[in-house]
Amino acid sequence: MDPANPDFMAGVRIIRKRPTPNQLTMQEVPDLVACEECDAIYRRPTLGRKEVARCRCCGAELDRDTGGLGRHVLPLAIAGLIMYIIANAFPIAEMELRGFVSRTTLIGSVFSLYTEGMPLVAFLVLATTILFPLIQLLALIYLLTSLSVSEKRSGYPIAVNVLGRLIQSLRPWVMVEVFLLGAIVAFVKMTSIATVLPGVALWAFGALTFLLTSVLSFNPRHIWRTSLPERGNKA
Amino acid sequence: MVSCHHCAILWKDVNAHGRCGCCGAKLYMRKPGSLYRTWALLIAACIMYIPANTLPVMITLSFPRAEQQDTIMSGIVYFWNSGSWVLALIVFIASFLVPLFKLAVIILLLITTQRRSSWRLLERAKLYRIVDVIGRWSMLDVFVVTLLTGLVQIEGFAVVHPGPGIAAFAAVVVLTMSASISFDPRLMWDVTEHESEDLYE
Repeated sequence: MDPANPDFMAGVRIIRKRPTPNQLTMQEVPDLVACEECDAIYRRPTLGRKEVARCRCCGAELDRDTGGLGRHVLPLAIAGLIMYIIANAFPIAEMELRGFVSRTTLIGSVFSLYTEGMPLVAFLVLATTILFPLIQLLALIYLLTSLSVSEKRSGYPIAVNVLGRLIQSLRPWVMVEVFLLGAIVAFVKMTSIATVLPGVALWAFGALTFLLTSVLSFNPRHIWRTSLPERGNKA
Repeated sequence: MVSCHHCAILWKDVNAHGRCGCCGAKLYMRKPGSLYRTWALLIAACIMYIPANTLPVMITLSFPRAEQQDTIMSGIVYFWNSGSWVLALIVFIASFLVPLFKLAVIILLLITTQRRSSWRLLERAKLYRIVDVIGRWSMLDVFVVTLLTGLVQIEGFAVVHPGPGIAAFAAVVVLTMSASISFDPRLMWDVTEHESEDLYE
């Protein structure tokens, strides 16, 4: 972000007013944007390719140009879905100890946690590594396919709004990359007492981590914003 | 003017309980009850932090050596002694430093915000952003125990059972993450404007 960019620096802080309950009409302010962390008000920045606008007051990110990522999100999300299926269908690791072989899939591990009397922890792992990533991928694929069919609509149907908000709310709870590091730690821990072989799913989880990271860097905010005539992105 | 926290569109003349005209999200000036919710979640996290670090997170039954109970700390010491310093460091940061850092930072943010302090606002904003990003990484140990429980199930030779500590530890991670999500960083900046004094609740 070029700090001398006049479009960005023209921002001024505007004193906020509490909304009064008797006013029933609200109006959109299309050319202004508020910082999410300190509420400073700026003119909506016009971003060049891969530029990031930051708040002058607190340094938080105001807007980010994803640099043409929008076009690649759908294929990346579908690739992510395939990797997701592989990562969950095949064993993560295989252990051999005195002739006995033991292997586990992610869902198998969750199930053994459940049978060991830890239903809540089992549910937490199920949600953060299996359920939420799947919901994220499916919701994103649905959003992108349904929008490419009829892009210019005046209002968005409820399904698009609910899914878009769901994607944003679930984002902190999708922990595939943390799980990958956990798998590596568990793997190394086991090598000292037994022979361990990485399973197909471990590699698939690695690929899924990369795909999910790039897919989730696409903010559903941009889907909503395409409806605005005052859209600032030069594309 | 109110900014929609989902689609970042700014609205003026919003009535109470208004919804965003673009994405349908509820509009509010500040996250409702932010400070109370954050305090409640934080205190719960502090209470769970004690069993999370004292109770065993993993119980290993192996054939030659009988039962072995591992806490978070003893797992780190095990890695250090067996020579995998990189892993020891990763687990030490993710499972010990990060939760402690999160608890300390959220307490600091809450106290300074409640006192309407304008002390080092920029640094506090940065701290909040760091806590928001690193919070999820302390789930590491939960995943390690999950995988080991699933994998090491050879009856008679080596069996791993999850210990009660892991449930407390998972609770600490979920509670601190919820606390950092429910904290509204804009409350910190309200001290910079005189007009905003009635914006708490």
